[in-house]
Amino acid sequence: MEIRKGIPVSPGIAIAEAVVLDSKDWRIPRRAILPSQRDAEVQRVHQAFTDALKTLDTIEDRQTVDARSIKDIFAVHRRFLQDSSLRRRITQYITDELVTAEYAVSTILRDVAMHFASFKDRYIRERAADIYDIQRRLLEQLVGRVTAEVEHLEREVVVIAHDLTPTQTASFNKTYVRGFATDAGGRTSHTAIVARSLGIPAVVALEDITSHVTTESTVIIDGNRGVVVVDPDEATIQEYRDYAERLHRFETRLVALRDEPAVTRDGVHLTLLGNIEFPEEAALVKERGGEGIGLYRTEFLYLYGGTEPTEEDHYHAYAQAVQAFPDRPVVIRTMDLGADKVPSTQRPYREPNPVLGLRSIRYCLHHLSLFKTQLRAILRASVLGDVHIMFPLITNLQELRQARMILRDVMEDLDEEAVSYNPSMPVGIMVETPSAALTASMLAMHCDFFSIGTNDLIQYTLAVDRANEYVSSLYSFADPAVLGLLRHVIHDANKAKIGLTVCGEIASEPEYIMLLLGMGVRTLSLAPPMLPEVKQIVRSVTIEDCNDVARRVTAMEAQRQIKNFVRAAAAKILPEAF
Amino acid sequence: MKDGAHEVTVEIKNADGLHMRPAMHFVDVASTFKSDIQVTHGDTTADAKSIMQMTMLAAACGAHLTIRARGPDAAQAIEVLREVVEQGLSGEPSQAADERGDG
Repeated sequence: MEIRKGIPVSPGIAIAEAVVLDSKDWRIPRRAILPSQRDAEVQRVHQAFTDALKTLDTIEDRQTVDARSIKDIFAVHRRFLQDSSLRRRITQYITDELVTAEYAVSTILRDVAMHFASFKDRYIRERAADIYDIQRRLLEQLVGRVTAEVEHLEREVVVIAHDLTPTQTASFNKTYVRGFATDAGGRTSHTAIVARSLGIPAVVALEDITSHVTTESTVIIDGNRGVVVVDPDEATIQEYRDYAERLHRFETRLVALRDEPAVTRDGVHLTLLGNIEFPEEAALVKERGGEGIGLYRTEFLYLYGGTEPTEEDHYHAYAQAVQAFPDRPVVIRTMDLGADKVPSTQRPYREPNPVLGLRSIRYCLHHLSLFKTQLRAILRASVLGDVHIMFPLITNLQELRQARMILRDVMEDLDEEAVSYNPSMPVGIMVETPSAALTASMLAMHCDFFSIGTNDLIQYTLAVDRANEYVSSLYSFADPAVLGLLRHVIHDANKAKIGLTVCGEIASEPEYIMLLLGMGVRTLSLAPPMLPEVKQIVRSVTIEDCNDVARRVTAMEAQRQIKNFVRAAAAKILPEAF
Repeated sequence: MKDGAHEVTVEIKNADGLHMRPAMHFVDVASTFKSDIQVTHGDTTADAKSIMQMTMLAAACGAHLTIRARGPDAAQAIEVLREVVEQGLSGEPSQAADERGDG
């Protein structure tokens, strides 16, 4: 039994068998296997060689390569993949050392490559690059098989990985994935967001969990306390079952709140909406007592399937979510991806600093046909309910004007084709950069609502990559700079009498709810599983108390002081949640 | 001498030595024989059917290779491989060798 501590990012307890996902782009950790798994691991190596050879055939056929140099490269790869002495070295390593196929492949091929690189002879040195290519081909096969296994699961598992990417999580069979544990990541990493939206526990920043878990080990993921137990003994499993049972009773009490209004003890009404990633989650929002969708992330459409989504793909995904809330707001955010993540990107964008690069609305404004396809589908869906459209990462008025102009163009196209849409569909923007926050009064005159995306606002304001373990402690909503910008935006939105929602992860952090209310926020959009708990907090406080919290925070100078203060205030109201 | 050992020493004559394309050709031809075939260059001995091991021989022009074969078709293997080396390992893995080598 081994107990490891990380950062809890999504609550709940999961006890299940592990599936470990390695990444071909990351160092493969050394992972032990049981003697009984030896034959299966060796078989995986043979399979990977066979499959890699088949893939090579397909690529060669498809490319009808004439260039002699490329043909030579393929020929070399083919000879190496047919080399039984290379294969034997790998399988021997597995047998002797009892390690995974992934580790054996990466280690042996690295050894061979390094050996080649040490020769004086230039031709042989250059073969090292071929060996790394072959290593990548084999790992692609090995990792691909495991990923496919998670896609077609028929038993409950927890997924262990270095880090999870949107492409990976989009393909998981979500019915059977019970939890996530990763080496890297932070509170607002993709792993965390997906886990919360699915309502399954996740623990991140475990550093080297992938070296300590073998596929088929039993693993406990405690998403409340940030603990992962590998190969637990019977007593520990029982202890966790009891704990999960207690938590479940607490949650059941909260779910009973579903049909109660989100109103403070002194009678102020709040609107609680859900953030969703996939259309099926709209039902979860409803079940948990949400009153609409405050943030519908549409990136999954671009990440799933590997091709650019068609207008119909978009339309069906939107119609499905709107169906769950035919007369409540459904806020659809337009594509919010970096150029590197868009499958249809033809030219390889090599950006030294992608977070500050061509992404999100900027990418859309550069790729009008991709953008217009999405706008058409949103407009068509707008007649089905109360659909709002929202543009992400707006940094200046020019971008907002441009986006609105393109929206008008698409409306005109639809007019010409006599396709119906809602001409007064509300148009809003994400306020998630300091520049948008500082020019909020201007932007407010050109849109119908703001939605404050706290994740990016914090990242851009404090210049901190939230997923970088070395600086992630600097990343905090409670920083006086972030709170200052937030006050500014809320003030400007109220003055212009436009809608204002907070949709970042902060809206689902129980400790910050009182502060947000005290700062004047009346609409929150959050991860569906957190809706009952946040409603419980809202129903337990008075606006008077919240205003007091916000006022006192204004005078505080340090992030840590603010954080401790709001946490203590919240714990007094709902001790079970902390 | 059906299963006996056969051996020959040959000098590499082509300018590029036993580099990638010649090495592939050599491995492809060697792979068509049932016998175990080993090639020695200096202190290094390689399996003639393994591109990885043959690459590591680092045999340049002028190097002397000793080819040893043991098995049912050893004599023929030695004869054919000697020819391959002496004819200068002339480069292109031939179409025929490609087909045999893939087996």
